[in-house]
Amino acid sequence: MKKFLIPLGLFFGLVIFLALGLQRDPHEIPSPLINKPAPAFSLPTLDPKAGTFSPAEMQGRVWLLNVWATWCVACRQEHPLLVDFAQRHQVPIVGMSYKEIQPQDVQAQGMDATAKLQFARERSQVWLSRYGNPYVLSVMDLDGRVGIQYGVYGVPETYVIDKQGVIRYKAVGEVTPAILASKVLPLIQKLNAS
Amino acid sequence: MGALNTPSHFVGLDAARRSGVAGFGLPTRRALAASLSLAVAGLFQLTAAAQGPKPAPADVSASAAVTTPLPAASAAPAAAVAPAPVSSGQAVAPPTSPLGPEAAPMTDEPVLEARLLKLSEELRCLVCQNESLASSRAELADDLRREVRSLLSEGKTDQQVKSFLVERYGDFVLYRPELKPMTWLLWFGPFVLLLGAVSGLGWYLRQRRKLADTAPAMSDAERARVDQWLKD
Repeated sequence: MKKFLIPLGLFFGLVIFLALGLQRDPHEIPSPLINKPAPAFSLPTLDPKAGTFSPAEMQGRVWLLNVWATWCVACRQEHPLLVDFAQRHQVPIVGMSYKEIQPQDVQAQGMDATAKLQFARERSQVWLSRYGNPYVLSVMDLDGRVGIQYGVYGVPETYVIDKQGVIRYKAVGEVTPAILASKVLPLIQKLNAS
Repeated sequence: MGALNTPSHFVGLDAARRSGVAGFGLPTRRALAASLSLAVAGLFQLTAAAQGPKPAPADVSASAAVTTPLPAASAAPAAAVAPAPVSSGQAVAPPTSPLGPEAAPMTDEPVLEARLLKLSEELRCLVCQNESLASSRAELADDLRREVRSLLSEGKTDQQVKSFLVERYGDFVLYRPELKPMTWLLWFGPFVLLLGAVSGLGWYLRQRRKLADTAPAMSDAERARVDQWLKD
């Protein structure tokens, strides 16, 4: 009888490991930027009159950085949630339009940098007026270099940044009501209280 | 790890896309493609040199055609303007190569490009995950290659480039994770398992031999019974 227990135990051990493995999303790579200062940048804003924005301006406030683009389907899915979140909570959400112009955008081919920015602004503005604008402001990261600084590898991504400008949480992929309720909101409350 | 890439795939991504040679998956195919391109390059140089002002040396080696930055490229346009002096019977060929114009060199800095290629074979593309940064055609991979290229041209060492990426994307970008307490299990785990298995096997075999040695030998009566059974 004992002889059967050993392989049986091994088998269940294997089952447990495999079951745990199946629960994990291989696309979710833990970010090394958690608890590190949010990389500084200075980018033009979506509103041409507002000039540029850099994260230092948010010093002293807990805020969200949401990476999005009009071509990103998952962004459209999560967007109503963000709109709702912005209405209900006093948490500023800064949008970062990531590589709005894609290589396959034939209209934008041959444009110079200014025209490209103009084109991206217009398209993003149209998209925001259609689906609602949860952002206090949006910045335009056209070449994706700031995205690299933030370790962006899929859009949308959402960062929670504290009063000292330290990244405290990062959600890759669309945020869900569950993520907002169980992770983002409690964290924001905790950070705001400190 | 690096067997998935051909240099043309990397530096001449667009050219590779156009001609559709990208995405060779197997080392054998890679070798095939490499030898094919060597042959083509050799042919190119031979024909171009034959039309140029100087007669071609007879032993233009194929490897030289690849490593040297193509002297034939400058010779070919000259030949198109002024017909080459007749040096041999071959000169009746049309002034331009039948294979079309010579391709422009893919990079001005072959040394940097080579470093980039070697380095990016060690880095993982975060979008496709099982492809290296060198072989991936994802947009993010393009961007990261551009970033790595600019870091290298700023004079950063390979190690500095790696830590730049690790700081932003985590150890996941490295195909060969660094050796540190976190990764000890990863690096040494298999050997520990092997050691365990071998010593377990040794223990089992010793145990069995001991059992065989200590087992009581058959008595004469038993032996006779076995013989009887075998006969039946």
